[in-house]
Amino acid sequence: MIIQTLAFYLFSSVTVFAAVMVISSKNPVHSVLFLILAFFNSAGLFVLLGAEFLAMILVVVYVGAVAVLFMFVVMMLDINIAELKHGFLQYLPLGGVVGLILLLELILSLGGFIISSQSQSSIAAPRPNINEVTNTEAIGNLIYTNYIYFFQAAGLILLVAMIGAIVLTHRSRENVRKQNISDQINRRPQDTIEIKKVTTGSGV
Amino acid sequence: MNSLLIEYLPILIFLGLAVGLALAIVTASLIVARQKPDQEKLSAYECGFEPFEDARIKFDVRFYLVAILFIIFDLEVAFLFPWAVSLGNIGVFGFFSMVIFLLILTVGFIYEWKKGALEWE
Repeated sequence: MIIQTLAFYLFSSVTVFAAVMVISSKNPVHSVLFLILAFFNSAGLFVLLGAEFLAMILVVVYVGAVAVLFMFVVMMLDINIAELKHGFLQYLPLGGVVGLILLLELILSLGGFIISSQSQSSIAAPRPNINEVTNTEAIGNLIYTNYIYFFQAAGLILLVAMIGAIVLTHRSRENVRKQNISDQINRRPQDTIEIKKVTTGSGV
Repeated sequence: MNSLLIEYLPILIFLGLAVGLALAIVTASLIVARQKPDQEKLSAYECGFEPFEDARIKFDVRFYLVAILFIIFDLEVAFLFPWAVSLGNIGVFGFFSMVIFLLILTVGFIYEWKKGALEWE
C-alpha cells in the first residue's frame, strides 16, 4: 500500500512538473519532450487506477503517434524562439480569460454532476471485478454492442480526419517520374528494339 | 495492494533502477570529469566554416500527412484489441459491428490510395 501511495505521488508530481514545463520551456522541441514525459506519467497513474488498457493506449497512441505529430508541427512552424517570448505578455490577458472560462465550465459541469440526483442512477451500473474480467475485455464487452452508435461515429470521425488531412495537405506534384508497372510490362520488344544487319567495312 | 499492481511492481523497480542509474552516471561524470566549458565546444561544426543557417529547417508538409494517416490507422488497431479479446462474448452482432467500422475506414483507405497520398514522389 505504501508503495502504491509513493508511486502515485511520484507519477502525479512528475506529471504536474512536466505539464508546467510544456508551457514554460523556451524551446518548443523541449516542450514536446516534456509532453511525452507527462503522457508516460499519466499512463502510470492509469495503471495505479487499475485502467491498464487506457494506460497502454495512452502510451501507444499518444506517445507513439500524437507526440510525433506534435514534433512535425513544431518542426514545420519554423518558430523563432525570441519572437515567441516577445508576445507572451500581449496574449496573457486573452489566454487568462479563456483559461478562466474553461475553469468555470469545469466547475459548473462537475458541480452539476455531484449535485444532480440523476447522476446517482447513472453510476449504478457496477464495474466488473478487475480480478475476474480484465480491463480490455470489460471495454470490449460494451463498446461494440451496447455503444455501437458511438463506435460507428468514431469510425466516421476517423474517416473525416483521413479525408480532411488528404484534402488539406496533399498536392499532386508535376514533373515527377513515377514507376508505371503496367506500362513497363506492356512494352513489346518490337516497339523498342530494332535489329540491323551491318556489313563488314561500312557503318550504320 | 491488488494482484494487478503486483504484476506491475517489476516495471516500477526497473523504472527506479533506470532513473537511479541515469542520475548516478550523470552526476559521476559531473563530479569526476574535468569541466572546461567553452562556447566553441557547443557550437555546430560545419566543415570548418561558420554555419550558414539554423539546423532547424522547415519540414515538408508531406511528413505531417504521413504522421496523421499513421495516427488514424493506429487508432483503428487500438479498437481492434478489445474486440479481439472479447469476441467470444459479443457474438455475431459485435463481430459485424467491427466489420462495418473497418469498412468505413476502408473507404478512406481506398480514397487515399487512389489519391496517391501513400506515394512519396
